[in-house]
Amino acid sequence: MKHDFKHSPAVDQVGIEERVARFNTRSIKKESKLSGLKLALNMIDLTTLEGKDTEGKVKQMCYKAMHVADDLPGLPTVAAVCVYPNHVKTAKQVLKNSQVKIASVATAFPSGNSTLKIKLDDTKLAIDSGADEVDMVISRGEFLKGNYNFVFDEIAAIKNACGKVRLKVILETGELSTLDNVRKASDIAILAGADFIKTSTGKIQPAATMPVTLVMLEAIKDHYLKTNVMIGMKPAGGISTAKNALQYLVMLYETLGPKWMSNEWFRFGASSLANDIVLQLGKEQKGVYYSKDYISID
Amino acid sequence: MKTEDITTGFDWKYAPAPEAKDHIKLKTQYDLFINGKFVKPNSKKYFDTVNPSTEEKIASIAQANAKDVDSAVTAAKTAYDKTWKKMPAKERAKYIFRIARVIQERARELGVIESMDGGKPIRESRDFDVPTAANHFFYYAGWADKLDYAFPNRKPESLGVAAQIIPWNFPLLMAAWKIAPALATGNTVVLKPAESTSLTALKLAEIIQECDLPPGVVNIITGFGDAGAAMVAHPLVNKIAFTGSTDVGKIIQKAIAGTNKKATLELGGKAANIIFDDAPINQAVEGIVNGIFFNQGHVCCAGSRLFVQENVAEEVIQKLKARMQTLIVGDPLDKNTDIGAINSKEQLDKINEYLKIGVKEGLELFQTSAAVPKKGFYCKPTLFIGAAQSNRVVQEEIFGPVLTIQTFRTIEEVIEKANNIPYGLSAGVWTDKGSKIFNLTTKLRAGVIWANTYNKFDPTSPFGGYKESGFGREGGLHGLMPYLKF
Repeated sequence: MKHDFKHSPAVDQVGIEERVARFNTRSIKKESKLSGLKLALNMIDLTTLEGKDTEGKVKQMCYKAMHVADDLPGLPTVAAVCVYPNHVKTAKQVLKNSQVKIASVATAFPSGNSTLKIKLDDTKLAIDSGADEVDMVISRGEFLKGNYNFVFDEIAAIKNACGKVRLKVILETGELSTLDNVRKASDIAILAGADFIKTSTGKIQPAATMPVTLVMLEAIKDHYLKTNVMIGMKPAGGISTAKNALQYLVMLYETLGPKWMSNEWFRFGASSLANDIVLQLGKEQKGVYYSKDYISID
Repeated sequence: MKTEDITTGFDWKYAPAPEAKDHIKLKTQYDLFINGKFVKPNSKKYFDTVNPSTEEKIASIAQANAKDVDSAVTAAKTAYDKTWKKMPAKERAKYIFRIARVIQERARELGVIESMDGGKPIRESRDFDVPTAANHFFYYAGWADKLDYAFPNRKPESLGVAAQIIPWNFPLLMAAWKIAPALATGNTVVLKPAESTSLTALKLAEIIQECDLPPGVVNIITGFGDAGAAMVAHPLVNKIAFTGSTDVGKIIQKAIAGTNKKATLELGGKAANIIFDDAPINQAVEGIVNGIFFNQGHVCCAGSRLFVQENVAEEVIQKLKARMQTLIVGDPLDKNTDIGAINSKEQLDKINEYLKIGVKEGLELFQTSAAVPKKGFYCKPTLFIGAAQSNRVVQEEIFGPVLTIQTFRTIEEVIEKANNIPYGLSAGVWTDKGSKIFNLTTKLRAGVIWANTYNKFDPTSPFGGYKESGFGREGGLHGLMPYLKF
């Protein structure tokens, strides 16, 4: 069956923004705050994606992924670390006995401007090095040209190369310009075989926003209502405070429901969020905020 | 590190987040505000005002009789002749600005009292009622000295004493809608809030006192329908402004027939909310929820008749039901409450009566599954699916969280059905196609039509109805006219 991607369901930006404002008036206190923060921590893909990344930095980050704050007993680990393919082996060495997964970006990240062959090789490098999950980027240039089937085929080819490795498809919503385009790109990615859809590379501003994430969650919901198949969601970039993470969880909970409330189906792509959550959880346990100097910055 | 408990998905319960009420100062007994002072009622009678979420008494409220009405109207007339009419318009504006600012300063207090006395969720009183009330005063304060520019070469003049009777669904906001344009145009006021929600109007009286308005310019009297009737009948009253039921509106019309009293009536409604198949469905579902469940459905312009195009009806109803399940019904003072308490026992009885009628008419009933508090007056959000024009629940205003759903195939059909009702206050249209919106807005007989949104209010925008939903406009430039003669 050939899908007509020109006709994805309409999205009303004003309505989306109002709904988001409404999520943000929820007041999350006491036990619901504690459990929410722990869940958010457990959903983080701790990320370092810089040209200057070193083996040492990756190792430290992986250690941190398993020991977010050893002085606060009862904290979960993060969900995964997210690195470039050439650092997957290093991460694997550190994380081999833990349940923290390794996600690797691939497909000529972050621009995606290369041939399918190179993208497939990049994906293979990540998987052969031991990645549990692959984060690919879509070809935004082709998408904006209206070449939707090209984008679809590319995602399908990468998914094929991934096999059982879970595939996250980065839409880079900061380059898609409208919410209608975000919806359309979400539908293409989902139908082409994405296990997760992801907002951003973190290299383009704006990265993840709540309105964009809501549009993507609605695409996931509509797909689920039609097919009973669950797709995961990963907002990435720009979520750095515990408060904001809780707002995202409220949005997730009230849009997709309890089934999606686990790191199996929702991730935060973030680097500094973990430390703010630790700060807030530390305050809940100890009654006072402690200095940020007590929290390691890896 | 064990994480099983939180990796299997979980049902997140929001912990209670009650708004504090220890900062609220309420008296045990409230008197009538006449001529700048709180005075005991001539009747010597007081009635209880009850918190509908706890069924507990909050305070005793003075019950005005015809003699009290006479002294309030006389005070207003004297204030009009001796001070208010003569005062330069820009001086009048300063008083109105002052009221707006004090409402803002005391917003938290007013919001909490509004939710305690009326049952509406604090989220709404905090984010909608109180700020919009302040905005109305700010907006009309700006017009006070610009009336000659609003109506060039028409020499606008004030009328005299305005008798204003307001309902219980937006107590403070309706008081602002009425008082602000009346004062800006140079009239004086006797205002009567509904008997079940007098407190914020009386707080407004305190604010007016604090703002040093000349005595008698605003008088606020509390009581029942007999006091309202006495206000309408009083010979010194020049203008009636009423918001409430169509039945009472008709009585007022009869009472003022043959007099030269001007009137503005804002009455009932039974709005059509129309969803086309090319609409942004997920946002339309949200709009349906805002349209009917805002303020427990106690809204005259509530989108209480849903029309869905047949080919998307199944999807819309499925999504609407799912969305309704996430609505939190409960303590109005909890910041997470979406739907609070029904305003009074009488209103709850009336809604329940309509629920029975709908079921008896053979309609499919859907209510959300979450429990509602045992104490207090609560009604679950309700759908009647498969309704038709002839059903009483479609024809009559229920004024509660009850939505009827009808389907349609063609534009002509939906226009005909939407207009086939004695009311004509508001309507909603949902479609991604602009030309369709303009086609419908010219053909729907309703005073306010929202496109791809619902229940949006702004002081600059006129509001009012067609047919049995009343006449006259409130808000905006149009809202000045009913208080002026040319």
